[in-house]
Amino acid sequence: MHSILIAMLVLGVAGALFAVLLYFVAQKFKVDENPLIDEIAEVLPGANCGGCGKAGCRALAEAFARQGNMDGLKCPAGGDAVAQKVAALLGCVTESAEPMVAVVRCRPCHVGDQALTRYDGLKDCSFAHSLYTGASGCSFGCLGLGSCVEACQFGALTIDPATHTPVVDEDACTACGACVKTCPRGVIELRAKGRQNRRVFVGCVNKEKGAQARKTCDNACIGCGKCEKVCPFDAVHVDNNLAYIDFSKCKSCRKCVAECPTGAIQSVGFPVPPAKPAPAAEAVAPAQGQAVETKLQSSTLNS
Amino acid sequence: MKPLNISGSPHVHSDESTRRIMWRVNLALVPMLLVALAFFGLNALLISLVSVLCCCFFQWAIEKWILKVPSTVSDGSAVVTGLLLAFNVPATADMIWLVAIGALVAIGIGKMSFGGLGRNPFNPALVGRVFMLISFPVQMTTWPKPAAWFPVSTDTVSGATPLGLIKEQLSTGRTLGDVLHDPSLGLPSLSDIILGHMGGSLGEISAVAILIGAIYLLCRRIISWHIPVSFIATAFLLSGVLHLCNPDRFLDPVTTILTGGIMLGAFFMATDMVTSPMSRGGQLLFGFGCGLLTIIIRNWGAYPEGVSFAILLMNAVTPLINRGFHPRRFAV
Amino acid sequence: MKTFSMGGVHPEENKISTSAVIESMPLPDQVVVLMNQHLGAPATPVVAKGDQVKAGQLIGEAQTFMCANVHSPVSGTVLKVDTCKDAFGLAKPAVYIQVQGDEWVDTVDRTPDIKRQCDLSPAEIVDKLKAMGVVGLGGATFPAHIKYAVPPGKKAEYLIINAVECEPYLTSDHRVMLEHAEEICIGVSILRKALGVPVAHIGIENNKPEPIAVMTAMARQFEGIHVEPLRVKYPQGAEKQLINAITGRKVPSGKLPIDVGCVVSNVGTAFAVYEAIQKNKPLVENILTVTGKTLPVQHNYQVRIGISYNDIIRHALGALPETAGKIISGGPMMGKAVCNLDAPTVKGASSLLVMDEAESRRQPETACIRCGKCVSACPMGLEPYLFSALVRNGRFEDAQRRNILDCIECGCCFFSCPACKPLTDEIRLGKNKVRALMAKKK
Repeated sequence: MHSILIAMLVLGVAGALFAVLLYFVAQKFKVDENPLIDEIAEVLPGANCGGCGKAGCRALAEAFARQGNMDGLKCPAGGDAVAQKVAALLGCVTESAEPMVAVVRCRPCHVGDQALTRYDGLKDCSFAHSLYTGASGCSFGCLGLGSCVEACQFGALTIDPATHTPVVDEDACTACGACVKTCPRGVIELRAKGRQNRRVFVGCVNKEKGAQARKTCDNACIGCGKCEKVCPFDAVHVDNNLAYIDFSKCKSCRKCVAECPTGAIQSVGFPVPPAKPAPAAEAVAPAQGQAVETKLQSSTLNS
Repeated sequence: MKPLNISGSPHVHSDESTRRIMWRVNLALVPMLLVALAFFGLNALLISLVSVLCCCFFQWAIEKWILKVPSTVSDGSAVVTGLLLAFNVPATADMIWLVAIGALVAIGIGKMSFGGLGRNPFNPALVGRVFMLISFPVQMTTWPKPAAWFPVSTDTVSGATPLGLIKEQLSTGRTLGDVLHDPSLGLPSLSDIILGHMGGSLGEISAVAILIGAIYLLCRRIISWHIPVSFIATAFLLSGVLHLCNPDRFLDPVTTILTGGIMLGAFFMATDMVTSPMSRGGQLLFGFGCGLLTIIIRNWGAYPEGVSFAILLMNAVTPLINRGFHPRRFAV
Repeated sequence: MKTFSMGGVHPEENKISTSAVIESMPLPDQVVVLMNQHLGAPATPVVAKGDQVKAGQLIGEAQTFMCANVHSPVSGTVLKVDTCKDAFGLAKPAVYIQVQGDEWVDTVDRTPDIKRQCDLSPAEIVDKLKAMGVVGLGGATFPAHIKYAVPPGKKAEYLIINAVECEPYLTSDHRVMLEHAEEICIGVSILRKALGVPVAHIGIENNKPEPIAVMTAMARQFEGIHVEPLRVKYPQGAEKQLINAITGRKVPSGKLPIDVGCVVSNVGTAFAVYEAIQKNKPLVENILTVTGKTLPVQHNYQVRIGISYNDIIRHALGALPETAGKIISGGPMMGKAVCNLDAPTVKGASSLLVMDEAESRRQPETACIRCGKCVSACPMGLEPYLFSALVRNGRFEDAQRRNILDCIECGCCFFSCPACKPLTDEIRLGKNKVRALMAKKK
């Protein structure tokens, strides 16, 4: 009995002492944190993708709270919805930005069975890029090892086993830009989603001269400039043997698509043109037109 | 032309592989298995078999149904765990079934719950063994007495290990000299101890068999001398000092390192690559810690043997040791 | 017997082409001379389409500090000045030359006479090395005129000639020593004079008894040349390891050999120096080993730079064997896998190694069992397993703190890894990222 009492006493006193100590320590080192930070962090996506340029969502929330407005700060992954919520919390207004989406600008032709080489090393695009041109033989295009897939925190990217290039799931993509930063060759670009998800872009990043580019890949932009001439909106420009479509000017008229000799310019999200020789298809074409804005089409095909 | 392979240098590889290392460790364990067969007969064989099969099965099952990854059973690491687990239990008939539980704990908790080979912080065989020791204290401390060479019958007379006997007798107030010279206790002679003709776990009894396996591993550079030497030297020196201070209370150093699990532990359990430090300095510290803790547990702990606990405790500080000890750089 | 202090591995030697006498490779119809055959900036082409050039004529001029002259290896007409994809598929500026005959620039001494006497001053030697476009032939292709112009405030005490050839398969240095021992010793004497050091050490690994005997006998005829047999261990031919093996000194982290008073050159460079200084012949030829376990014949060639890999394969083997799985330029430990066989050879290309499919495929990666073999194999005393984990988790600053930049990329870690983890790849990636981070901080 005696020994139990002693034990209880010792432990009880020690516990009380530590409790007092803890209390004072907590008081002394108390950090006053703006409660706004927690509230903002709550509405942010929480994926810590780094698209905003901060270390994570918490860091962005702190920056928001410190600044008190949204100037120069943005959660690209959260898009408009999150921006509105943060604006409400901060008591400021935000103009709604145009929704963006990641676009893969490469369709290598020498992949799979056609590949010129077989890569057998570390599965990391950045490393393979430092080593050689890639299995397709193009020193500008997609290496297909999937570093962007790893970088995506939203599961919006997958490598298509047929084309060996990434495919963007437009619904999942938040345009955070993590894949853009990861890609050592700048194949992925953030572009405006476009009205009705309709986009026209140059699906190639090869800057070689025309003949060389053509030799490297059937789908390459050869920098011929036809698109530049045909564009009524001054949206297309050829620089360094490579055409680029400015999405802020592009009206998606698709004249360049028709003109492109190599099919390097891709258009996605447009209704499939009714197949001319088959009259049966015409009847269903308008209805089908609305439905064809599928993920598959948007990412890999140029209709 | 078919596509050329491309990779970064180097383009050649030594023929070393995890699989080869593990099967070589298994080969090194064979002498101990043979000695166990010689002294404990069929029981030893059945326990080893059950333990190995269970370890392999549990690993395969967990990989297939829970982790859903390709099976790695063929790399031989589960066999190593199975054999080491069997070597750490007494060769009684009860063990044939109990060892299956140990195998489940060793593989399931000790290894696969951390993600499989290479990620476990603790030696899986020891996790299984300690679990059994705590859960089934009676069965785990009932030792068959190796009565004759190659016993055909599996019912051997049960007794205690020399360490257990001595600890028990010391606790009754007798002096060590008194105990050692009491013929009624049937303590083994030094030659018995070296050959392994004494009570103990399956694999730990014969120092000769352990050394044969250890020399093979050292020659194959699967283990380095650092951990075993610092482990055994620490145990030897510490027990020597204690023995000199009070010969009536503390066992002499030679018997200390040859009985119990020190030899098996030092060469085969503490040297487990996954759970021991990487740098030479770290390995020496690791071995020292194992030796120190073993002697402390043996002489002042509740259990007569402390090798398993000592190694597990040192396993726990291995990441810390790895943090503190880095190899000497070529040039600073 | 001397060797370096820590780490190292013993890959299978496979020196199967040691008995193949150096042959001269016939000239192809066309050569492509890259302007970027050395460490540093590309040379500027000084010829234009339609120009007639002679072998040995300057066609690319070094206009920046870290650059080397490039000369025409053949005589003929310049087809175009354009870009050409190198062996790794990357476009480089290049001069295309249609071969016509084999006419050399008049100043080049094409006689077989050996000229021992060299009356040039150290400064003149360095200038001539620069004019002749001599670069280090050990692999890094560091411009020789920069290496031998010792910066003020530093003093060379040792000249070390690297004849270690620790890479498996390679035999070009072996053959050069057997066939051109005297020229090499003259070249070494010239370099010794350029640096003003009393003794030059030629390090040769002990698995080459013939070259050791030949070189030792020849060195006796020269003043201040010492042949040092070394215990066989890879990577003895790495600059820092060789300095350590021969002098016992250690080049500190982030420093150059000259900081510990050493200058290291390859034995092939010594031969090129002889030809450049004594025979006025610019660096337009390489000694190149064509080897491989599955090849029916083994060759050592003297090839003009600019000949394509395909031309070499056609001449040496007829055609690439069906079983070929990988072509490596350089040795199997540090060489680079070639993906474009149309590419021309460049200065410093020491071998064309053909591996069959089975030999060239990497084993699938398994889990790290923390065996520490990479740590004990690392000749720089680093922890490759740690770098692997840090790089995979993007912790490049921690990797830098643990001295990832000390890595010499010798490949010992991957070579010895039982789990076949691509450790060297990961470290190289980590180094790239760390360098990018450092550049960003500046």
